[in-house]
Amino acid sequence: MKLVTAIIKPFKLDDAREALSEVGVQGITVTEVKGFGRQKGHTELYRGAEYVVDFLPKVKVEVAVTDEQVEPVVEAIIKATSTGKIGDGKIFVYDLAQVIRIRTGETGADAL
Amino acid sequence: MKRLVRPLGQMGRVGILLVALFGFAWMDPSMAQEEGALPEGRITAPEAEEETPIVEEAIEEVVVEEAAVAEEPSGPTLNSGDTAWMLTATALVLFMTVPGLSLFYAGMVRAKNVLSVLMQCFAITSLVTVLWIVAGYSMAFDTTGMEKGVVNLFSFVGSLNKAFLEGVGRDSLTLAVPEPVFMTFQMTFAIITPALIVGAFAERMKFSALLWFMGLWLLLVYAPIAHMVWSGDGALMWDWGVLDFAGGTVVHINAGIAGIVAALVLGKRKGFPTTAMPPHNLTLTVVGASMLWVGWFGFNAGSAVAADGNAGMAMAVTQIATATAALAWMFSEWLAHGKPSVLGIASGAVAGLVAITPASGTAGFTGALLIGAVAGTACFLASTKLKRACGYDDSLDVFGVHAIGGIIGAILTGVCVGTLGGKGLAEGVTLGQQVITQCKAVAVTIVYTAVVSFILLKLLDIIIGLRVTEDQETEGLDIALHDERGYSL
Repeated sequence: MKLVTAIIKPFKLDDAREALSEVGVQGITVTEVKGFGRQKGHTELYRGAEYVVDFLPKVKVEVAVTDEQVEPVVEAIIKATSTGKIGDGKIFVYDLAQVIRIRTGETGADAL
Repeated sequence: MKRLVRPLGQMGRVGILLVALFGFAWMDPSMAQEEGALPEGRITAPEAEEETPIVEEAIEEVVVEEAAVAEEPSGPTLNSGDTAWMLTATALVLFMTVPGLSLFYAGMVRAKNVLSVLMQCFAITSLVTVLWIVAGYSMAFDTTGMEKGVVNLFSFVGSLNKAFLEGVGRDSLTLAVPEPVFMTFQMTFAIITPALIVGAFAERMKFSALLWFMGLWLLLVYAPIAHMVWSGDGALMWDWGVLDFAGGTVVHINAGIAGIVAALVLGKRKGFPTTAMPPHNLTLTVVGASMLWVGWFGFNAGSAVAADGNAGMAMAVTQIATATAALAWMFSEWLAHGKPSVLGIASGAVAGLVAITPASGTAGFTGALLIGAVAGTACFLASTKLKRACGYDDSLDVFGVHAIGGIIGAILTGVCVGTLGGKGLAEGVTLGQQVITQCKAVAVTIVYTAVVSFILLKLLDIIIGLRVTEDQETEGLDIALHDERGYSL
């Protein structure tokens, strides 16, 4: 099993959710996050005082999937969230040691 | 002269031209009788409205009318229309401070200090109310011992004869409105003026020091300046013929200069200007600025102390100057920085409101356009370029908006009364002379408020200390001073 974590633009969240449902993903976890990458920050100006805002708001989407699902899930996220511009975000794929459904105690792929 | 001669107050301000023109009329012995035989308000109103020599005729007419009903007990008459408007205007001006100014400021500070600013404005509102009835009203508006052209102690400050509102009650009148209404109307001005200063030292002053400073400042700075400008014949600047309809000197220059002095005495906020200190919620600021705009109709049009043509003109020119200044700041910023900003247009509106304040009783429509355009542009430059260049930490630009806007307004009042559709200069006064009189009043206000505010702050710094500790400042005043948080998200 793998954990796919995608950092995406906030306004692309709905597209990503839809695309993931289409490839059979049953659940995701979403967190509002801040950070910077190549896009860097932006400047804000208040009565002549200029501030560089280093951390931009992004959304982190986490999806736990079986090994076979990794490729379609990653492709679905890329297709749904890519704008071709700097700041689209990144996808990280991790090995996942175990998954347990709390209600039933099921483990492994059955719990996904 | 007994203190029976009613404080001319703001209606008097309206009639200031006439005072210069027909000073003798105000000294008419018949006016000096207790609850005099002539209905003052009815006389003053036409006098103020019609700045022409027919005033004397008007007085005669009134005298004739009075004679016709001579058998009835006569006295100053209460005008219910005027009173209804002044009750409304008083509520509008209080609305400017709580919540208008409070929100305007609260949005501009960081989230950790939002409550401290709201608390300061709310506490000042309460403190000034009590001090105003104890002594403030008397020191500002009592006319005991004042005589036209004579400079004595009472030219600078009123006596304490009306302390604890002695003699003010259900039956006492100021012009054609009950004196309790006039007293409360003036109280709301006395409330907003110290509250304006809060913006200069936001995010770093001890609450106890703030209460001491504001209480003393009200009695030792606000009351004397209000007295010198507004209390009528015998008052220093009133006798010079200064035009200040609703408080360019008394309110805005006074608060703006006290603000910059306080900002300098307290010193910069920790980390200024290298650390980012952006406004935490500009929505609050825009809501507050909008409330100020609406409330200001009470401030300016209410300063006619009557529901008459002067009030109507004041309302119109207030709207015109405010809108013009909002656009002027917006376009200036657009040119200078490439984008028009919400904080900019809201600040510009406040700058316009400030600048039209002294002129609102005398300027014409074109004059209002001029005052708004100049104030919007100049206050933009003062709050952005000048502040950066000098490096002082006037947190929310009390100096840049209120002192600069107030000075521009006070001086242009002298210009716009005589030209651009203005009400017209007093007889025998040239435009140049009026402008010089305005400049003198500005200078006296600046020097007096700067010196006394500086002394008060230095004394308080020695006795109780003005600033919170560095740790408290870092933690934020909300938690450090009030054990509360503005937001639990």
